[in-house]
Amino acid sequence: MSETMIDVDEFAARARAWLAENMPPANPDRDTFFLYAATHPTDEEVLARAATCRELQRRLFDGGFAGICVPTRYGGQGLTPAHQAAFNREIKGYDYPAEIQASTFIPCMAVLLEFGTEEQKQRHIPRMLRGEEIWVQLLSEPGGGSDAAGAVTTATRDGDRWILNGSKVWTTSGWWGDWALCLARTNWDVAKHQGLTVFSLPMSAPGLAISQIELVNGSKDFCQEFLTDVVVPDADRIGDVDAGWNVMGRWLYHERTISGGSPYVTGGGNRPNDGPYEPAAMIAAARRLGTIDDSRTRALLGEAQTSSLVLRALVESVTRKMAGGVLPHHAAAMTRLFGGTSNARRAAIATELYGGAGVVWAPGEETAAQVGLGYLTRQAACIGGGTTEMARNVIAERLLGLPREQRADTGAFRDVPRGPQATGGQ
Amino acid sequence: MFTQTADQDLLEATTEQYLEATYPPTRIRELARQDSTFDPVLWKRGAELGWTSLLVPEGSGGGSVSGNGLADLLAVAFQFGRHAAPGPLIGTNVVAAALGRWGSKERHGGPLAELFDGAATAAWGYSPRTGPRAGAAVRAGRSGDGFLLDGVVPCVESGAPNGYLLVAASGSDTTADGDDARSHYLVPLDAPGVRTSPLGGIDLTRRHAAVTLQEVAVAANAQVGEPGSADDHDELLLDLTAVLQAGEIVGAMERAFAMTLRWVNDRYSFGRPLGSYQEIKHRMADLRTQLEASAAVTEKAARRVGEGTPDAHSWASAAKAHVGRVGPEVIQDCVQLHGGIGITFEHDLHLYLRRATVDAQLFGTPATFTDRLVGLTETALAATAQDGGK
Repeated sequence: MSETMIDVDEFAARARAWLAENMPPANPDRDTFFLYAATHPTDEEVLARAATCRELQRRLFDGGFAGICVPTRYGGQGLTPAHQAAFNREIKGYDYPAEIQASTFIPCMAVLLEFGTEEQKQRHIPRMLRGEEIWVQLLSEPGGGSDAAGAVTTATRDGDRWILNGSKVWTTSGWWGDWALCLARTNWDVAKHQGLTVFSLPMSAPGLAISQIELVNGSKDFCQEFLTDVVVPDADRIGDVDAGWNVMGRWLYHERTISGGSPYVTGGGNRPNDGPYEPAAMIAAARRLGTIDDSRTRALLGEAQTSSLVLRALVESVTRKMAGGVLPHHAAAMTRLFGGTSNARRAAIATELYGGAGVVWAPGEETAAQVGLGYLTRQAACIGGGTTEMARNVIAERLLGLPREQRADTGAFRDVPRGPQATGGQ
Repeated sequence: MFTQTADQDLLEATTEQYLEATYPPTRIRELARQDSTFDPVLWKRGAELGWTSLLVPEGSGGGSVSGNGLADLLAVAFQFGRHAAPGPLIGTNVVAAALGRWGSKERHGGPLAELFDGAATAAWGYSPRTGPRAGAAVRAGRSGDGFLLDGVVPCVESGAPNGYLLVAASGSDTTADGDDARSHYLVPLDAPGVRTSPLGGIDLTRRHAAVTLQEVAVAANAQVGEPGSADDHDELLLDLTAVLQAGEIVGAMERAFAMTLRWVNDRYSFGRPLGSYQEIKHRMADLRTQLEASAAVTEKAARRVGEGTPDAHSWASAAKAHVGRVGPEVIQDCVQLHGGIGITFEHDLHLYLRRATVDAQLFGTPATFTDRLVGLTETALAATAQDGGK
């Protein structure tokens, strides 16, 4: 830490003045995060928003507020998590590039910082911080969601380059991202965790076909990719050959920090607020619907607000305990589990609160539509970023030390049973 | 579970050692057969560990070990829950807090000193606005320089026979609008006209009583705080009580969970440990997460109430609403995982289920606090709207 580092309060004051001059106010009535947007945007609207994110990110960079915890030699500010936290408090109420925090900065930039070569870091991180490179994650595959190490997308060495074949899925923002981290199998003759390698590649690479997946709420931001003889230079490999699972450990850790505690995230995570699930929004809705004095409605409102306060306290407490070494980092699975189940419950409460208004609405009733459509995709809260079932396994096995599940995948990966629908492989 | 400073660790460790040695489960079962569970000598020793002075400002003779007395006391309450220990910890501290904040040295220095050194205990005679015990009221009338108190306090925790009761009474003071306003009075339980009748209950070591006041004469200096301030002050006392109850419930949850974790490792069915079945593992993961979440919201509430922040009432409400509902359910699930042995008197699980259930239901149910939270949010929103309109 340099002795001339700017004091946090002074930094916050500078940020406050700069934000007032340079950043537009947020529009609290419109949830821009595509997955939750009720009136699902057209592709043109998404691209326009992406352009705004790039432009806002560039402003942060020019103002000296991008990459607050990133070393200055990569274009960051070289400050501390306390500075980032102070900035995140100041930026409340302003529009900011919320949609590119995940995946560009966590996990992708965080992984590059830890595992990238000096050349890779010099090449990509300044461009990420200037909003010029949006990064996505080529991780999950059609053949397995929770079993990330079971990847069958294969990279075959060809001199000083690699040839990638296979398919990836659940890539957030895949169709408008610029670069990606990609997990691929480089060795089928060793145990599954030992034959993986991480690569970086441009989403415009020849042989990479991208198709958008439509969700039940109309969102089309998730993608599936098909890789056919995609060429990746060895210089774009991240970490050692067959050591991809070491990288994955940190990759998944950084991905989980989206719920709080990452020094690389600007703002309050990916969403400006809880939208229709905010206590104030729910109370306003009950007033509008004329049910605010009904004791059953009040019980629902109170339950929803209680659960969001408990979640907030839990995230703060577990983050603090992990930082202080009181709890191991596996404890993050508890916030993931509680976050998933309590968000699912809040979606159910909102649906009951809105009643008919949430399932049948007049044009322009965006919040009511958000509630109804949000209910349809409710289980995303318990699936995305690792299912709650996996979180329960982690808690039981890693935190409580209960016996591990019996494994059928310990031999050479080539011999691991993959079921009648399996595709890919050698 | 809650401590964050070395001094808090020391306070918790000495409390834990003392309760472990004094109240092992065998002793708790013996106390179950006794009419009174209060032991003046043992209570005094606890007071010497600092149990009764943490919520009182230094200027009034108290003091905290971390700067936030409620956060300190939470560690003690947690250990009370873990041991299902007897002793009117919550009531004594809540009344001490009231005397320390709103009393004066000349008027209440004597009783406060007795609470500090453990010579006396105290109970807060809170009457809920709703529920089966609602509407109970105490009236105060002026009599010479002092007051005459009449009425019923339906349920207080028993402690020292020479203890104190803090009770709100109406009839002697009015608000600026001329409405009847309640004031707090400190009543010695051995004063003439005070009758206590023991109540039954599910906690093995806590005894409760109904208190009838019949023309109880108290001096003018028995009034605590400004005349007519009791309704406001009760809200803070309710916060303190809710947070400490939640702390005890978390202690009871922790003990029940630890017993269950040992059990699912040691118990074999069909040739495997119970804890090797994924159904059981996932249940244990849920219980562990609920324990951590309950501890987190309680700790946060203790900090906010201790600091007196504007959102303190909301955090205290969330803590009691959540922990009061989830805590006993977590322990019930521990019973389920134990099977039949879990509902026998011989097993220790019920000691903690009893304590958690009593704490959850007394001084406002989880439902009451859920509604309180909504009301507070409505008030805050109305205030913001008004500010915005100016």
